[in-house]
Amino acid sequence: MRQTLFRWLPQIALVILLALLLGWMGHNVLENMRGRGIHAGFDFLRDPAGFEIGEGLLDYDASQPLWRAFLTGTLNTLRVGLPAIVAATLLGALIGLGRLAEHPVPRKLCGALVETLRNIPLLLQLLMCYFALTSLLPEASEAIAPLPGFLLSKGGLFLPALDCTQTCMLDLPAAEGFGISGGWSLSPEFLAVLIALSLYSAVFIAEIVRGGIQSVSRGQIDAARALGLRPLQVLRVVIAPLALRAIVPPLGNQYLNLIKNSSLAVAVGYPELVSVANTSLNQTGRAFECIVIVMAVYLSLSLLTALLMNRYNTRVALRGTR
Amino acid sequence: MSSSRLRKLGLLCALTLSAVATQTAHAGKTVDAIKQRGSIQCGVSTGVAGFSLPDSQGNWSGFDVDLCRGIAAALLGDANKVNFVPLNSQQRFSAIQSGEVDVLARNTTWTLNRDASLGLSFTGVTYYDGQGFLVPKKLKVTSARQLKNAEVCVQSGTTNEKNLADYFRSQNVKIKPVVFEGFEASFKAFFSGRCQAYTTDISGLAGVRNKEAKNPDDYVILPEVISKEPLGPAVRRGDDEWFAIVRWVAFALIEAEEYGITRANVDAIKAENKDPAIGRLLGSTEDTGKLLGLDRDWAYRAIKSVGNYGEIFARNVGPESVLKLPRGLNNLWNKGGILYAPPVR
Repeated sequence: MRQTLFRWLPQIALVILLALLLGWMGHNVLENMRGRGIHAGFDFLRDPAGFEIGEGLLDYDASQPLWRAFLTGTLNTLRVGLPAIVAATLLGALIGLGRLAEHPVPRKLCGALVETLRNIPLLLQLLMCYFALTSLLPEASEAIAPLPGFLLSKGGLFLPALDCTQTCMLDLPAAEGFGISGGWSLSPEFLAVLIALSLYSAVFIAEIVRGGIQSVSRGQIDAARALGLRPLQVLRVVIAPLALRAIVPPLGNQYLNLIKNSSLAVAVGYPELVSVANTSLNQTGRAFECIVIVMAVYLSLSLLTALLMNRYNTRVALRGTR
Repeated sequence: MSSSRLRKLGLLCALTLSAVATQTAHAGKTVDAIKQRGSIQCGVSTGVAGFSLPDSQGNWSGFDVDLCRGIAAALLGDANKVNFVPLNSQQRFSAIQSGEVDVLARNTTWTLNRDASLGLSFTGVTYYDGQGFLVPKKLKVTSARQLKNAEVCVQSGTTNEKNLADYFRSQNVKIKPVVFEGFEASFKAFFSGRCQAYTTDISGLAGVRNKEAKNPDDYVILPEVISKEPLGPAVRRGDDEWFAIVRWVAFALIEAEEYGITRANVDAIKAENKDPAIGRLLGSTEDTGKLLGLDRDWAYRAIKSVGNYGEIFARNVGPESVLKLPRGLNNLWNKGGILYAPPVR
């Protein structure tokens, strides 16, 4: 008992010390700001935001309080982050398998893709994507229709949407006034971020998938074959469960990276969390508070992702070795 | 945990504590710090034509730049003793609050919120601007009210973003802002056709149209001016001595224009002058400098190095520049504008 106490005492003391240190630093910051005539505190979040946000999941307008603007921004981060995670995983798995293909064409092609995309900074890829979308596509009045009901222009991609306000009917986008109205619209900013984030993360995931599969020992595969399993069965019942153990932990890291990388979207004008926070920071001048909010939101999102991935990891991990 | 590791940790904590603790000490007087450093830290934009823009050799020029040079000439006797610190719109207020820059001359709009809650004080208005819209001619739009459902490119972190929302709400017209972090990105997107309209201060619109458009004649500035944008320098709050110097250098440059004193004739006027008001300004009869903590030639040196307000305007944003902006409100009070400097006496 005494021994346990001695083991824990320094730890507890350290935690208290750290808490005191942080508290004291926070206090100093507030005190100094007050001393220089700078207002501090989070009360400003209740003030009307005063600025519009171009797109979002919430019904938001400039008369609503600032916290709603932050919420809209956070949801916009998730709105691009979650589909990007799904797309990057699927694409990554495909490219990873492609790199292990026996035929040289897909193998070399996937290899070239990985080496190109992972060696160019994401910001440049993002800007490239955005300039390609906004420079090469036609004006809204001359939008191209890749599929009936779909319209693609500088204004973004417009998809048919189901409108069920009265009776359910298909709401088709059509050119009107300066742009296109109706349907379900995806702005070029959103598309650029989605494409760039998915591709960039996909090639890292591809390498993780390849490494995971290659980590399965040759003997296991030979044994499976010797038992008479067909190639797909070998992949499903032998390689996949073993490879997943090696894949899942670094995959979680990639998801965390992807969510944090979505903050680069600010460069192409996609109104995600950082963009909204920057605007709020400027309208209110509360630099310290706005940055604290952004850090808190990213930390929460990342911890949540890490938690989910850890849960999944314990499910696929080797039993009995922990 | 072994005792040596604990001791190391304690040392680390102590170091961190002392580093944070020193932050509580107040900065010395700005003027003393500037004199000791030998140069003024002047916060400018990262590149706005006419206001502050570096050339290929890194030499800054522009309206705001000249103001800082004038202050340096008055205080330090040399217009080149300025260190220009480019700041984006997010950094600017933190830079002045933290003491990284002594004066913020960064086409910044004076508003109550900024003046009262950010720990800084605006010293006056040096440029009266207003927000407007630039649209391609081919859209055949003649008024901002016709921009219903249009997408409008705007830079984030400016008063423009808020004015845009306010104006269209008051007009009951729905528009969609496309917000960019950088000034460059915002107008590039507009010229690529991403937005139907571009909004910023009218001085900025003219600059962007004349400098960046492939064919400037394809674009028109709409007649609506949707906001007041009084631009001026700001200093950290609580240093009245420095505040007064920044404020009165700007006034002196305006007053110099009123008296017709230019960079070219300032020496001649100083030598031959009989007018007591001019004598006070140039320090030939009375010493107004000592009241500001400067010497008697402060205003003379400022005028000699950057010229009077009218010259600064003409060189950077007026007829001698690419922007070719009219004087408009920025003319002297007795010439149809609203520039009115309190007397130097």
